[in-house]
Amino acid sequence: MAETPTKAPTTGELFTGFLMLGLTGFGGVLPLARHMAVEQRRWLTGAEFSELLSLCQFLPGGNIINLSVAIGLKFRGVPGAVAAIFGLIAAPTAIVIALGFIYARYRHEPQVVHMFAGLAAAAAGLLITMAVKLAWPLRRKPLAIAIGLAIFVAIAGLHFPLVPTMLVIAPISIFLMMRAGA
Amino acid sequence: MSETLAALALIFGQLSLIAFGGGNTILPEMHRQVVDVHHWMTSGDFAALFALAQAAPGPNLMVVPLIGWQVAGLAGMLVTTAAIFGPSSIVTLIALRLWTRFKDKPWRAAVQAGLVPVSVGLVAASAAIITRSVDHEWIFVAITAGSTAVLLRFKVHPLWMLALGAAIGWTGFGQ
Repeated sequence: MAETPTKAPTTGELFTGFLMLGLTGFGGVLPLARHMAVEQRRWLTGAEFSELLSLCQFLPGGNIINLSVAIGLKFRGVPGAVAAIFGLIAAPTAIVIALGFIYARYRHEPQVVHMFAGLAAAAAGLLITMAVKLAWPLRRKPLAIAIGLAIFVAIAGLHFPLVPTMLVIAPISIFLMMRAGA
Repeated sequence: MSETLAALALIFGQLSLIAFGGGNTILPEMHRQVVDVHHWMTSGDFAALFALAQAAPGPNLMVVPLIGWQVAGLAGMLVTTAAIFGPSSIVTLIALRLWTRFKDKPWRAAVQAGLVPVSVGLVAASAAIITRSVDHEWIFVAITAGSTAVLLRFKVHPLWMLALGAAIGWTGFGQ
């Protein structure tokens, strides 16, 4: 299938595109981001999108946040990056604060407390699901399992602070992967 | 007040730079700083805010502005938002300019392969910490287990599980 020709967005289009994405992206923005940028608005080809995404996953920060910066920068430089990230976080920030107001206002009503407890329990399930899905591809890699377990025990079991733990384990992990010829 | 804001800026600025593998990897450290170190909220409050952010649309780091707002109002929200999104975005800007130069270097693959298990371990730790702080009644264990099982087995939108969990919670059954 031939790639559809792409069309470079303006700074304003970057803002509105990511604003819509932020408003509609319930429970995972990434698949929607691809739909928006590749299929719907045709800013990027599928290959261009995948390349930018792999870079963004490799960098610190939320993947979708980095992706908005990357796409904005690609087309309109730093102003484009700023427009994209502001578009992406504007609506969700307002919504989350509104929900926070409701929580703070009614947090002592027994039914609201019950409801939020149920919501939190279900949200914990979301996190477990994500951990399982991420860990699944590593199931036949003993080295990766050992490193993952070491991090898990250090953080969840022993409550070590993240920065020193990362600074020790990440280089060891990279070194071992290099030796293993990954 | 300004001391609190400075502490928030420092904590979330650091978290921004070490969030390899996405937002959920820094939840344990966020929890440690906000609950254990600074006592700004209880573990239960933290889990509730996390759940709220999951129920809202947008990137999964939206819990951060919410924590900032809970701790120090509007100023706290602005400070935490700038601190969590600013530094990593600047790194992204710089890295993109270098991208083509490093594209085919062999060490890049090793760095990537080395970081994957680290971020998997961190997400698993986040799951354990959040689960521990919410599942103190059998009904919550059941909700967590149920939503996990359904989400692993079926292609259902996560929002349905959140709505179902909230609805079961609302009835007060088992609490």
